[in-house]
Amino acid sequence: MNIPDNLKYTSSHEWISEPKEGIVTIGITDFAQDQLGDVVFVELPEVGSRVAANDAVAVVESVKTASDIYTPAAGEVVAVNEALEETPETINTSPYDTGWIFRLRLTSPTELGGLLDASAYLQHLEEE
Amino acid sequence: MASEVKNPAGSQDFPLIFERSVPGRRASTPPPAAAIDLAEYLGVENLRGQAPRLPEVSELDLVRHYSQLASRQFNIDANPYPLGSCTMKYNPKVNEEAARLFQDLHPHQDDSTTQGALELLYNLQSLLAEITGMDAITLQPAAGAHGELTGILIIRAYHETNGEGSSRRVVIVPDSAHGTNPATAAMAGYRVREVPTNSDGEVDLEALEETLGPEVAAVMLTNPNTLGLFESHILRISRLAHQAGAQLYYDGANLNAIVGRARPGDMGFDVVHLNLHKTFTTPHGGGGPGAGPVGVKAHLRGFLPIPIVTRTASGFVWDDGLPHSIGRVRSFYGNFGNLVRAYAYIRALGREGLRRVATMAVLNANYLRVKMQAAGYRVPFERLNMHEFVAQPPAGLHTIDIAKALLDYGLHPMTVYFPLVVKEAMMIEPTETESLETLERYAEALADIARRAANDPDFLGGAPYHTPVRRPDEVRAARHPVLRYRFDEKSG
Amino acid sequence: MQFTPHTVEDIERALAAIGIDSLEELFTDIPSELLDPPFDLPVGMDEVSLRRHLQELAAKNRTDGPNFLGGGAARHFLPAVTEHLAAQGAFVTAYTPYQPEVSQGILQATFEYQTMMAELTGLAVSNASMYDGASAVAEAALLAMRATRRNRVVVCTGVHPQSREVLQTYLTPLEAKLEQLPLDPLLTPTPTLSKETACLIVQNPNFLGYLEDMPRLAAAAHRVGALFIAVVDPLSLALLVPPGSYGADVAVGDGQTLGNPLNFGGPAFGFMTVTKPLLRQLPGRLVGQTIDRDGNRAFVLTLQAREQHIRRSKARSNICSNHQLTALMATINLAALGPTGLVEVATASIKAAHKLATRLAETGIRVVRDARFFNEFVIELSGDPQAFRRQLAEQGIHAGVPVPAEYGLGPAVLLAATELTPMRR
Repeated sequence: MNIPDNLKYTSSHEWISEPKEGIVTIGITDFAQDQLGDVVFVELPEVGSRVAANDAVAVVESVKTASDIYTPAAGEVVAVNEALEETPETINTSPYDTGWIFRLRLTSPTELGGLLDASAYLQHLEEE
Repeated sequence: MASEVKNPAGSQDFPLIFERSVPGRRASTPPPAAAIDLAEYLGVENLRGQAPRLPEVSELDLVRHYSQLASRQFNIDANPYPLGSCTMKYNPKVNEEAARLFQDLHPHQDDSTTQGALELLYNLQSLLAEITGMDAITLQPAAGAHGELTGILIIRAYHETNGEGSSRRVVIVPDSAHGTNPATAAMAGYRVREVPTNSDGEVDLEALEETLGPEVAAVMLTNPNTLGLFESHILRISRLAHQAGAQLYYDGANLNAIVGRARPGDMGFDVVHLNLHKTFTTPHGGGGPGAGPVGVKAHLRGFLPIPIVTRTASGFVWDDGLPHSIGRVRSFYGNFGNLVRAYAYIRALGREGLRRVATMAVLNANYLRVKMQAAGYRVPFERLNMHEFVAQPPAGLHTIDIAKALLDYGLHPMTVYFPLVVKEAMMIEPTETESLETLERYAEALADIARRAANDPDFLGGAPYHTPVRRPDEVRAARHPVLRYRFDEKSG
Repeated sequence: MQFTPHTVEDIERALAAIGIDSLEELFTDIPSELLDPPFDLPVGMDEVSLRRHLQELAAKNRTDGPNFLGGGAARHFLPAVTEHLAAQGAFVTAYTPYQPEVSQGILQATFEYQTMMAELTGLAVSNASMYDGASAVAEAALLAMRATRRNRVVVCTGVHPQSREVLQTYLTPLEAKLEQLPLDPLLTPTPTLSKETACLIVQNPNFLGYLEDMPRLAAAAHRVGALFIAVVDPLSLALLVPPGSYGADVAVGDGQTLGNPLNFGGPAFGFMTVTKPLLRQLPGRLVGQTIDRDGNRAFVLTLQAREQHIRRSKARSNICSNHQLTALMATINLAALGPTGLVEVATASIKAAHKLATRLAETGIRVVRDARFFNEFVIELSGDPQAFRRQLAEQGIHAGVPVPAEYGLGPAVLLAATELTPMRR
C-alpha cells in the first residue's frame, strides 16, 4: 500500500499536497482506488466554485459504487483535472500523480490542522 | 485466464432488429386510407423531413427475432430464481386471461360504462386493507418505489398539517434497508439517519431509542427485515416511534413471509406499501411494470392520492374530494392491468390459500438453508429464518464467482452483495411455489461448485462457460457508453 | 386454487431436515398477539368459478361502440403479432436483467427500444422507460433543477392536467417554485423567464390537441439558460419535427400510443430522452453495449452508479424499476409497423380527425379550428360536458373528454379520432 510521506491525509481517504502559494492539490489514496475498483467516471467540481470544509465536492464512480470526495478545507476550486474526463482510469494507475482531482485555493492556510500524516493514515487503515 | 477470443471480429454477433432490416420490407399493415396533403393539414414548418429510421422486416423475420431473443432470456417459467426480497414465485396464467378481459377500457370512458372495472378496484381496495390491517388503500402507485414515495409524502403532509412540517426533517432507516428507502426519503426532502443491526440480526433498540427525537418524521422498516428475520420487538419499536411523534412506515417487500398470518396494521404501522409484483405475483416482465398500492390508518386517509373508488347509491364512482390529498402520483388510476391480475390471484387463493403461501414460503426457505449449510455455505445468524435468509460462501470463495458458476446449471443466482451489513452476502428467497426437489437441485449445484473450486482454483474465475455471452465488460460499458444502435457505423 | 406443490410427505420431510416438529414452530418469532388474527377474506375459488366471476365483472363494462376519446390515451391498431410476441412467457416472467449472461433477450430488446426512442425524438440517448408520461414530466423537472442548479419550474397549461398535478406532487417537498403559464387561449404565448428558471415545459400537440410553435418557445428557454422540455405524443413524431431538431434538451411523454392496449389507463410506460451532455443526469435504467471475454457483442445495465441501489440517498431518483414489458410491446409494435406503417397510422388518424371536425361543423356544432391540430380538437357545448359524455355513452358512443374550467373555454369537450375510428355517421 503506497502512502507517500510528503502528503497529508484524511480519514475519508483523500490526500492533500503541501500548500504552494496557498493552493493545494487533492486526490484519493491508493487504498481508496483499490477499494473502488476500475474507475469509470469522475464528476468534477466547477472551477470557481466556493466550498466549505467537508463539503462533498466530487464523485468518483466505478461500475458498482460511487464515492463522494470531500474537501478537507474551505476555499475556491481553481483547477480540475480535465484529463479524467477522457481517461478516468488514471486514478487507478496513478492516484497521487496524474490522477489528481482538483486544486483548491485555501481560504486560510491554517485550515489544514486536523489532517493525518503518512504514519497516522497507515494506522487508521490498519484499524479500519 | 487467457482463453482464445472466439469471436474476435464480432462477426457472429446475434443481430439487432436493425441489422435484420431490409429497405422496403414490412410486417403489419394498418387499415388503408387515401393519402392526404400533410402540409395543408399540419403546416409545412411542422413536418419532419424524413421518417424516423425504424426497422423494416417481414412479419416472419419479426417473429424469428423476438422468439430467438426470448430464448436468450432466463425466466421463471423455465428456471428457478431464488432472488432475495424479489419473491420470484410462479405467475399463474389465468391472471393473464383476467387482464385481457379488461384491456380495452379507455380511462376517460363514462363511469356508467366501466362499473365492472370500478367494482373490481373497489373490491381490491377492501381485500388489500383486510390483508394488511389498514383502514384505507390507494391503488395508484406504479411500483414499490413509487408506493414508498407516496407513503412518505403522506407522512410529510400529515406533519405539515400538525404544524411540525419544518421541524421533523429526518427519516430513520436500518442499515440493512433496501436502497430505495433512503433514496425515497431524499426525494421527499428528508435527511436520512441509519440505525445499526445488532448481532441477532434485528434493529438495535437502544440505538433506535437514542436517535429518535422531535426532528424525526418517520421510521421506515421492512418486517421481516432484509436478513429474513422477524423484528420480534416490533410492538416496542412502534411504541417508541409514536411516543417520539414519528410515523411508522412498512416496506412491503417481504410481505410474503407473513401474508395471511400477520398484519402490519396490527404491528402499529401507520403506512404500508405493497409490491403486487412480489407477494401477489403480477409478472416481473423483465423489470416492470409492477404496482405499489399504499395502505394507511384512518388518521391519514385524507392525505391519500386522488382519485379513489367509492360506492354510492347509484354505483361506483371516482372520488377526488379528499381535502388534504397529496395530489396525484401518476396519470389515470394506476397500473390497472396489474391490479386485475392481483385481484384474480387473491380471489383464487382466498383466505386459506394466502395463509398457505406464507407457511410454505417460510418452510422452503428454511429447507434450502439447511441444505446449503450441509454443502458448506455459512449462515451468519443461528436461528430459524422466515421466507428468505442470508448466507456466505465457503471460506475463500467469492459470491460473484459462485453466482456466475450457477448460470451454467440453468439456475439463476441469488441476490448478491446485499444487504450491505453482511460481507460477501448471498440473499436467498426460494418462494412457496418451488418443490423440495428444485431446492435440493439448487443446493447440490452449490455443493458441486464448491467442490470444483476446491479442486481447480481457476474454475470459478472462468465461469460461466455455457451461456450465450460470458462476463461482459461492464467497465468498458460505463467508461465508453454506447446506448443506441448507430445506423452510420457498423455496430461492434 | 393454489400453486404450492407440497404434499403431506414433502412437509414431513422438510420439517425433519430443518429439525422442527411442526409448521407452527416456523412462526415462533412472531409475538402471539400478532399471529393468526381472524382475516375477513373470502374463500378461494376454483378456476371455473374464478373465470365466471371475472366475466361477470367484465360484462358490466362496455367497450364496443365507436370511440372518440383522447385526452392522453387512444385506441390504435395493435397487430396480433405484437401481442403474441410480447406475451411470450420468457419475457413476461423474466426478472430485471442484473445477470447479463442470461438476460441478453431483455437487454438487447431494451437497447433496441432505446434506439427507437432516440430516433423518434431526435435526441442522443433514451433511458429504458419509466412509469408513465406524467411521472416522466415530473422527473424531467427534477433533472432540470439538478442540471441547472436552479429551482424555478415553468410549465404551460397545455401540458396534460394530470401531468401537471403529478409534477406539483413531486415538487411540493422540495425547495422549488412551480409556475403555470396559461394557454392564450389555444396556444402558449412566449413567456418571460428569468435566470432562476430551471426549465420551460411545453406539450406538443398540447392537451387541447393544437400544435405549438416549439422553436420559438425553445429559444425563450435557452435565452435565460433554462432547459427546454418537450412533452410529446410519440406517435405524432412519425410526422412532426422531432424535439431534437428544435433544440429540446429533454423529451418526455407517454408511450401508450406506440403500441399498448388502453388497459383503463395503465400500465403503459413513460419515456425520456436527453441530449448527450445530460446523460449522467438521466434517471432510470440504461442498457449499454459492450463485448464479453470472447469478443462477442453483449448488452449490460450500465451507469448504475446513478441509481438507488448504489447511491441510496444521493441517487438521481428513487426509481427502481422500468416498465420493461410494456416498453417491449411498443418496441415490437414499432418493428411490426416499420417507418411506413407508423406514418400510415399517424396520417390516417389525422385524416379521420379532420374529417370528423368537418362533418360535425356541418351539423352546426361549434368546432374550434382557430389553430392547427393533430388528431384531437375541441368542440364547444351548450350544456354540461359530463352529461354530454353520459348521454352518448347511453347510446353506445364513447366520446367527449371534458375540458377543465381552467382553460376558460366554457363548457367544452375534446374529441379524437384514429385510424380505427369508423367514419360513417
